[in-house]
Amino acid sequence: MGDKKPILEVKHLKKYFPVDAKHTLKAVDDVSFTIYEGETLGIVGESGCGKTTCGRTCIGVYEATSGEVLYKGKDINKMTAVERKEFTKKVQMIFQDPYSSLDPRMKVHDIIAEGMQIHKLVSSKAEEIKAVQSLLEQVGLNPEHASRYVHEFSGGQRQRIGIARALAVNPEFLMCDEPISALDVSVQAQVVNLLVKLQKERGLTCMFIAHDLSMVKHISDRVGVMYLGNLVELADSDVLYQHPLHPYTKALLSAIPVPDPDIERQRNQIRLEGEVPSPMNPPAGCHFCNRCSYAMEECSCQTPVMREVEPGHFVACHLYDEMK
Amino acid sequence: MKNLIDVKNLRVSYHTYAGEVQSVRGVTFSVQEGETLAIVGESGCGKSVTAKTIMGLIATPPGEIKEGSEVVLDGKDILKQTEKEWEAYRGATCSMIFQDALTSLNPTMNVEKQIMENIRNHYPVSKEEARKETLHMLELVGIPDPQACMKKYPHQLSGGMRQRVMIAIALAGKPKVLIADEPTTALDVTIQAQIIDLMKELQKKLGTTIILITHDLGVVANIADHIVVMYSGKIMEKGDVRQIFYGHKHPYTWALLKAAPNLELSNKQPLISIEGTPPDLIDPPKGCPFAARCKYCMNICTTEAPEEYEFEPGHTAACWQYHPESGYADIDFSREGE
Repeated sequence: MGDKKPILEVKHLKKYFPVDAKHTLKAVDDVSFTIYEGETLGIVGESGCGKTTCGRTCIGVYEATSGEVLYKGKDINKMTAVERKEFTKKVQMIFQDPYSSLDPRMKVHDIIAEGMQIHKLVSSKAEEIKAVQSLLEQVGLNPEHASRYVHEFSGGQRQRIGIARALAVNPEFLMCDEPISALDVSVQAQVVNLLVKLQKERGLTCMFIAHDLSMVKHISDRVGVMYLGNLVELADSDVLYQHPLHPYTKALLSAIPVPDPDIERQRNQIRLEGEVPSPMNPPAGCHFCNRCSYAMEECSCQTPVMREVEPGHFVACHLYDEMK
Repeated sequence: MKNLIDVKNLRVSYHTYAGEVQSVRGVTFSVQEGETLAIVGESGCGKSVTAKTIMGLIATPPGEIKEGSEVVLDGKDILKQTEKEWEAYRGATCSMIFQDALTSLNPTMNVEKQIMENIRNHYPVSKEEARKETLHMLELVGIPDPQACMKKYPHQLSGGMRQRVMIAIALAGKPKVLIADEPTTALDVTIQAQIIDLMKELQKKLGTTIILITHDLGVVANIADHIVVMYSGKIMEKGDVRQIFYGHKHPYTWALLKAAPNLELSNKQPLISIEGTPPDLIDPPKGCPFAARCKYCMNICTTEAPEEYEFEPGHTAACWQYHPESGYADIDFSREGE
């Protein structure tokens, strides 16, 4: 990992949303991580854990409350207008809902070409048409589809259009926010295979946010687990899934149903009691302490810090304090 | 075990501006008393329409249950029930829980009222007795502090709690059959695990027969006794859980099982995907609906619908390759994709 160049460095990122005069919702509360060039970082967690907010704040869709995000060494919140425009070209996003994230009044061609026009990547109409058609082919659609409207496509095809739009401006970094959770299993596999293929071909760096843990493991090099606004564990995906350290990660992995009746009915599962507390009023100390079966006294008063327990394996849990 | 429900040649269509959508095209299966039957398939395969027919929720028009369809429950064809009989049937004989608990619950009624409504509709009990029963139901579905929950409105509850309340409402009428239409799809994995445990536990306690509609094969592996695999309005394969998971015969079943990522698989290895999309049900293909996406497609597959072949008692698949003259005899799926 040592020779890898960081592309996105997130340092103590916080994003709070004011709810009313007395309450703030701490969607992302002090998260730090680094994404290296060419890798895929998966972020998993249950709904409301702040993974989408974290992703969006990382690429400047939301303004961070505090902390910094460095893209190739530059703070994205302190960029000049010119730098900012360049940044929006380098970083693209794929959204969860292929129905609401594409303009129903635009033709597929216009959806894909809009970014190229804004960034002046094409000089003539003919070149534009050629570029759009080549993109459509790359994502497995028919070039003739360019003259159609979005409603004529199925969910999987729409997601392909969304991917083509993101790739139109030759980005370096893709933020995929639950790109497959609205799709059927057989179509999910198509889209994931496409993403993996395109990433390899174009050398893209990806941040892949999802709640489907098995899909995240499949696509990611490293995986981070979030709980209530905190990153609780971060490791290489094989390591994380085989030797999870944080009690929450263990419970989360154990809850994934295995599509094999013999294994599924015999394995011992860790059951989490209760539900995720409100992010408006998270428990003091470690946010997971009230549901954790290993909770100690210090867990409820002291917030654990992220430590590198083994090379490349970070965990924020008091259980591993002495293993420094 | 005896059969509680026999669905025979069920055909349901919807009349739309674009034409007649044939959602369910001749489906036959039975559900045994006290078991969990899972109906699996992708969106648009007709699994929800089948479930809604058993519950009597097909609005006609635009829907139409075709002549010759039969759903026999306890020896009686329920499709011939009068509206009055349907009213007595829904909630007391058969109940349903839905995917989205927030839109399925009534936002203007508190939890207590919604549960009591179902009890008092079907049983001649006093308000006090119904309230006691309501409290008991909430305890049964594992709601912490049921007393306080009674006075709450759906928006005040979390997703998992709402699903528990919906199960409490459904079971309050003491139904023989509980139809669960994607009950955990909208929930997080840890909450999903809790709800699946709860359904299993309640089935053991109350002996309810469950029809589970889902696309999640992990959930099916955990809870189902029998499985029906549907694709574009038809049954592709049916059998018990072991026959489907370990001895599947239909190429679609195989593809469906393989498309789900496996934690054992190494990373970024291409997943086995089913290319293409399901057929349009306004003008369904003449032959096997899966033919256009099937690796083993033969000439006959596109022209004639396959018959059902039985391999073991209760295990059938509708696929031409099992015709004695197909030449395939038996496909060894285990070597596929390696």
